[in-house]
Amino acid sequence: MGLSVARAQGETLRIGLTPVFLDEQVGFLARWRAWLERKLQRPVVFVQRGNYREVVDLVRGGKIDFAWICGYPYVRYREELHLVAAPLWHGRPFYRSYLIVAADTPYASLAELRGKVFAYSDPDSNSGFLYPQYRLIMQGENPVSFFSRTFFTWSHRGVVEAVGVGLADGGAVGSYVWETLAEIKPHLTRRTRVIEQSPEFAHTPFVARPGIDKDELRRFRALLLEMGNDPEGAELLRLMRLDGFGVVPPKMYDGIAQIAARVRR
Amino acid sequence: MKLGFDDLSLRWKIPLRVMFAVLGTAFAVTAALVAREYDERRQNLEAHAKSLARVLANTLVAPLLHDDVWRAWEIIQSAADPSAIAPELQADVVLVTDNEFRVFVSNQPRRFPLGSSPAAQSGTYGRLRAALLEGDPTVQKVVEPADAQHYFVMSPLVADGIALGHVILGYAKISFLPRFMAQVGQALFVTMLALLFIMPISWVWARRTGAPLVALAAAMRQVPERIEAAEIPDLPKTRDEIGQLGEAFQRMLAELKRKQELENQMLVSERLAAVGRLAAGIAHEINNPLGGMLTAIKTWQKHGQPDAIAMQTLSLLERGLTQIKNTVSALLVETRTQDRSFEPADIDDLLILVEGEVQARAVHIDAAVEIGSALPLPATLVRQILLNLLLNAIAAAGDGGQVSLEARAAENKLLLTVANDGEYISDEQMPFLFEPFTSGRESGHGLGLWVVYQIVRQLNGGLSVESRPGRTVFSIEIPYALSD
Repeated sequence: MGLSVARAQGETLRIGLTPVFLDEQVGFLARWRAWLERKLQRPVVFVQRGNYREVVDLVRGGKIDFAWICGYPYVRYREELHLVAAPLWHGRPFYRSYLIVAADTPYASLAELRGKVFAYSDPDSNSGFLYPQYRLIMQGENPVSFFSRTFFTWSHRGVVEAVGVGLADGGAVGSYVWETLAEIKPHLTRRTRVIEQSPEFAHTPFVARPGIDKDELRRFRALLLEMGNDPEGAELLRLMRLDGFGVVPPKMYDGIAQIAARVRR
Repeated sequence: MKLGFDDLSLRWKIPLRVMFAVLGTAFAVTAALVAREYDERRQNLEAHAKSLARVLANTLVAPLLHDDVWRAWEIIQSAADPSAIAPELQADVVLVTDNEFRVFVSNQPRRFPLGSSPAAQSGTYGRLRAALLEGDPTVQKVVEPADAQHYFVMSPLVADGIALGHVILGYAKISFLPRFMAQVGQALFVTMLALLFIMPISWVWARRTGAPLVALAAAMRQVPERIEAAEIPDLPKTRDEIGQLGEAFQRMLAELKRKQELENQMLVSERLAAVGRLAAGIAHEINNPLGGMLTAIKTWQKHGQPDAIAMQTLSLLERGLTQIKNTVSALLVETRTQDRSFEPADIDDLLILVEGEVQARAVHIDAAVEIGSALPLPATLVRQILLNLLLNAIAAAGDGGQVSLEARAAENKLLLTVANDGEYISDEQMPFLFEPFTSGRESGHGLGLWVVYQIVRQLNGGLSVESRPGRTVFSIEIPYALSD
């Protein structure tokens, strides 16, 4: 019995979440879930895993219906997955990769971090892994040996913390998470300093599993797009520091795809 | 002279000793408690550290195997509890090393950079590595480098029987101190509080115990020079050692007094005996030529033809020589070999003899005689004794005075008592009372009591005088042998 079988109204909707946003806020998630259930008139569960890959595998395998993932895995599997919507941050569906160091260190560029300890967020993260790899390659460095040691924190927030306490000398983090943290947990970001910013990338998309029912996709997309028109939805967006969700064309992620192709080579 | 503690008075020594005993006990108990507490805390801490290290080691195996630094970091972060009740249970250093003793993760990332060797930090960590290399690497170890500020519990991260690395927990040695100082302070406070109550009690108690001894010691210092001053009226009449001591002291004082009195009497007797011998010697020497001289005067008065002036001169010489003879015979008291026995009637005679004096002075005289028959004692001598004593008593009693005479025969003894209520004999006069030519009065040659004394001594009797204001008593006791 496959979960991919079309389900009737009232069946549980499964939505995968990844730390592309501050997904550890359990109270917020409960509120969001309740709102979704009310709007969709069906049970909703959020599915969270320790890394992007597991969530991406779940949505690719049809074990969950939708997932909020990073642009990097999306471009890898965009033949299979359906693009639903992308968050609008500062009114636009874009974000950047930040290169951060501890606030009290003198490092001013990626090149100065040679031989240091570096924290990535997740191997399937664009801003937290792919882009810094790309930068090193473009500078003619070998990303494997440039740093003395690297590790993953499995979340953007973890990168901010690891750099802040000095566990890593530098780290890569998505601008959306860093700026949001700077507003809601300023003590974390205050210990770090952004020394480099990437160009803009298409923001982390909501995707739907392969073979999703068209109506279901449309209904869910509409709900995301209309979120700001509803008082509770608007409050939820405000808590996420987002302006809403918007429909974006798949080709907007071509920039990430090119970088991925360059890094993989 | 230097005074040490041993020379202190008991009134200080006892309370001081009590204080030292209390303080000593308190300090000993406190020290024992603190030591025990320290031991317990140390054991608790070690047990806690060991179990924490073990749990961390077990939990950290997977992150170490998967090279997941962040997971390991989150795990050691969760082990830290900054709001712990006992701050000393908080490990200062949490260090996870790999099998080559490089930092995998630590709670002080800036101090222990990832991948560096902690041995580069200080010699302490170098010694930790040496300790790890000793013996079985899969066994938990506790290392306490003497010069380090921490002591360490090292637990191996074991997978499949192989040590992948170690969890090293460093606990501050110093963090014990504040709590223990607080505890010692508290113990001191309680001790002082206890002392506050105990000290006054022990002080009073010690003073009470010591006071009789102190009084006794003060009294003893007066002995033997001033026995009267040594009397202490307020010694406790208890049966304990102090009471016994007080009793013994009082007994000793009484003995001493008696001895002193006896010595005084001896002195008086000896002096009187010496004086007596001297007087008798002189009297004998004088008596012989005196007899010749008087005979010569008598012969010339009778047979010579002296003119008027010569007669007058001879008479003068005769009166003078006779007076010398009387005086000398008075000094020379001799028991006459032949004498009749003393009878009760002799006393009546004597009372008649002194009647003149009694009348003259309007003295009232009382006589109590309990003598049934004649006693084998020389009547002349006994009469002499009584006469002298009566005359003295009448003279002492003064006008309108009272004199009493008592004569009793009992148990082969004649007991004579003559008392008067006149002026008493002072303590200064007493020692010389029986010496010749000593007189309390203007009239009299001062031989009366001397004669009494000499006679009593010759009759092997005893004599005592008791004199206090209003009553002076002469008591005499003369033994006699019953005729068979």
